[in-house]
Amino acid sequence: MPKFVELWVYLSATPLFGLTATLVVYVLAQAMYARLGQPPWANPVLWTVVCLAGGLLLTGVPYPTYFAGAQFIHFLLGPAVVALAWPLWLRRAELRRRWGRLLLAALAGGLAASGSALLLGWALGLPSEVTLSLAPKSVTAPVAMGITEKIGGIPALAAVFAVVTGLVGALSGKYLFDALRIPMSSSGWAARGFALGTVSHGLGAARALQVNADAGAYAGLALGLQVVLASALIPLAFRWLS
Amino acid sequence: MTALRGLAWLLVFQSVGELLSRGFSLPFPGPVIGMVLLLIGLQSELVRGPVSVCADFLLTHLSLLFVPVGVGVMTHLSLVNQYGVRMLLVVVASTLAGLTVTVLTLHLLRDRGDDRSQEHSEEAPHA
Repeated sequence: MPKFVELWVYLSATPLFGLTATLVVYVLAQAMYARLGQPPWANPVLWTVVCLAGGLLLTGVPYPTYFAGAQFIHFLLGPAVVALAWPLWLRRAELRRRWGRLLLAALAGGLAASGSALLLGWALGLPSEVTLSLAPKSVTAPVAMGITEKIGGIPALAAVFAVVTGLVGALSGKYLFDALRIPMSSSGWAARGFALGTVSHGLGAARALQVNADAGAYAGLALGLQVVLASALIPLAFRWLS
Repeated sequence: MTALRGLAWLLVFQSVGELLSRGFSLPFPGPVIGMVLLLIGLQSELVRGPVSVCADFLLTHLSLLFVPVGVGVMTHLSLVNQYGVRMLLVVVASTLAGLTVTVLTLHLLRDRGDDRSQEHSEEAPHA
């Protein structure tokens, strides 16, 4: 028995542990999600995060130890942001044809998401650095961290807000769009996907991609657009306000 | 090998982006500049082929990449205990507001002729 404890202490301290745990739990959660018919509530990221965070807290493995391994996955977020040029490039004809409308929707949606978060955070009396960390929550986590750093929030908290925002969008999008009577026609799918990408970045796009190819492509386009708009406009707005 | 060449391209564009971002203290993060540069670079077949393979792989598994950061919620448990309900409320409400505004903007501005045939069957029960 003590042998087992020693082995666990050794294994849980190597980078191999964090990397293996992340991949194995995610693959299992993904399999469950597929088997259940991909309902929004079974979102694999949500359950992977819950299982891993719960497991680490129960076993007393500190987050930095876990991250020593998980950082290899985290690192890929950078190249993945660069890779977003690909879906944008594929849709360049559509983008050229509808750029006015898409830009307007991206600006309006981004402003609504950020503005309402700032106002609500302030109204509910959240500490100012927490409220500031809410501003860029609609862009993909690594970019949200960069923006938050520039405007004086807490980058690590901003990343968590971005992930939760992504999950909320992926979980609720279908029900919200159905309630708003957005049709499941090609323009309807485009609008649904674009909204998910604009507000819920990569996690919204991942969901859109699973439901409909058009929705997925527009989500990819929206999330690329939102990254550019938010990283230019949010720091600018704060510099102007203060 | 093609995928590996694609990853190399992505990292090169990201690195150039980081250099420009730091060097000129631009407001955009390095990967964002890299993305814009890649958009130009994709004109070339030399870049396009390998990048498409690697980008498809990375973007298919995009949601996995958020897991390590998401688990980081455990390091903010004191904030979560104190403000958790309010923070969740803000995130949920603002997300729904953003989704509603975006989807309605596009839906109201759509080309009426775009997909009337498909919409017809959808709209029929309400008529």
